[in-house]
Amino acid sequence: MGSNLIVSAIVALVVLAAGAVILPDWAMFLFAMALAKGLVCLGIVGMMRGGVVSFGQGLYYCLGAYTATLVANTFGVSDIFLLTLLSAAVCLLVGLAFGPLLSNYRGIFFAMLSLALSMVLYGSLSKMSFIGGTDGLNIAAPTFLGWAPEGRPLQAALYIYVVTIVVIAGTLMRLYFDSERGLLTLATRDNELRVEYLGASVRNIMTYNYVFGAVLGGIGGTIAALALGHVDPEFAFWTTSGEFVFVAILAGYLSVPAVIVAAIILELVRSFSNLYFPNTWQLALGIFLLAVIIALPNGLGSLVRRRKGNET
Amino acid sequence: MSKGVLEVLDVQKSFGAVTAAKDISVTVPEGAVYSLIGTNGAGKTTFVNMVTGYIKPDAGTINFAGRNIIGMAPRQITRMGIHRSFQIAQLCNELTVEENMLVADAIHGAKGPSFLQNAHNQDARARAIATLERFNIAEHRNRLIPELSGGVKKLLDIAMAMAGDTQIMLLDEPTSGVASDEKFPIMDLVMEALKSAGVTVIFVEHDMDIVTRYSERVLAFYDGRIIADDAPDEVLSDPEVQRYVTGAPA
Repeated sequence: MGSNLIVSAIVALVVLAAGAVILPDWAMFLFAMALAKGLVCLGIVGMMRGGVVSFGQGLYYCLGAYTATLVANTFGVSDIFLLTLLSAAVCLLVGLAFGPLLSNYRGIFFAMLSLALSMVLYGSLSKMSFIGGTDGLNIAAPTFLGWAPEGRPLQAALYIYVVTIVVIAGTLMRLYFDSERGLLTLATRDNELRVEYLGASVRNIMTYNYVFGAVLGGIGGTIAALALGHVDPEFAFWTTSGEFVFVAILAGYLSVPAVIVAAIILELVRSFSNLYFPNTWQLALGIFLLAVIIALPNGLGSLVRRRKGNET
Repeated sequence: MSKGVLEVLDVQKSFGAVTAAKDISVTVPEGAVYSLIGTNGAGKTTFVNMVTGYIKPDAGTINFAGRNIIGMAPRQITRMGIHRSFQIAQLCNELTVEENMLVADAIHGAKGPSFLQNAHNQDARARAIATLERFNIAEHRNRLIPELSGGVKKLLDIAMAMAGDTQIMLLDEPTSGVASDEKFPIMDLVMEALKSAGVTVIFVEHDMDIVTRYSERVLAFYDGRIIADDAPDEVLSDPEVQRYVTGAPA
């Protein structure tokens, strides 16, 4: 692991974690939600590097959230680490089940099939009145290895937890993107035929990226559910998945920090435009995305790439 | 049968009413250099595509290394040692020349592509640059593919195909799209690299000067059939070949 990457991860951890001290409650919640969603978007960016975009990442966001909630409510488990692990494991298994199927598809077919799966979950959950139907379920505040904070300490602990997870996941994804497998993903995006004729399985590459996205989606959903204290089928609705795609496009596929920055920007733009233009906030969001696509077609991450390019 | 021998027996392939391969039988010995000639649509590329798994023949067998490789995926055939280059160079346009080579190197590494090993590690880069130097294109290593000439693209395509344990190399029109003054230098480089590695070569070519100069044996295709299979001089002086393939007077 490069020393630059470790230093960057530590700096990111310290800077982001400082928010637990300096941010007001509302901002801490907003950042925690943005970071949780950023995890989901990181998974989409992993797939984007291979040339496909999942329009159904809400499937894993919702699956993670419901897994944590059902385990907490049924078995009385409240430990955030255990809940996160269980949700990630469930999403890993579901990802492994759907990944090989989806890896046969490209472009709009991949996007629509992934969307269809998330909408099947949405429809199913909406009809299941025994787990709350469209109203969803509440989940109690988590504990941290036996520690049960309340009020601001709870919010700060949850915030630091998500920051830590995001920094670890971001570092691992950066390692993966820079690895031999990561380079194969970029090559696949460019020329699948060449990759196959060099002796690698494109399907295998696509499946791995999908499964990583599933796990990240599940972890993001778990944290979002714990931060909100509530889950409902809307977690799997197409607009939720669309939001993740919005962030992924805004960030581009070149940079990991850009994904987190884009997720935070989306939350800020949405919150403030909702406050100042309550009836037209979607319009503000749309104009913002349009401006970014025109000015930075490869997303915010291309700013870093350009700077590096100029240095060399 | 020796390990590196390619044996094609009674292979047939039709696309609807069009017969692309009819009773194709040929045995290519280890280390030989064969060229495939024929007009467009004669079945040369279909032959290459069937041997490399892109197209599945309707009938017949293709034996290599003691196995019938029909029905195997292209990547499995590549893993067995049958590599290929393409008529239109198949490269990754958003990557640099060196990165393209690194992709090939990563796939053929001892342990396969790793999740943790940095793709740009020193050893891999040294290997990639050594290969690029062997093909005389190392000076282009930091350039993106769209910036390259046709000749450099062809060389990179072949250099990538050479990665790993190549036993048979199929070159589909290695000099098409290349400036006429670059053709012989490119073929010299490629053939020297392949011969020094002991690789069996089968190349598709329209330029008879190249066929005569580099191949030991020529297969002339016409209408999905092999109409001549002999040494270059014999094949090129065959009246049927002159009539249907080269267009030269009998």
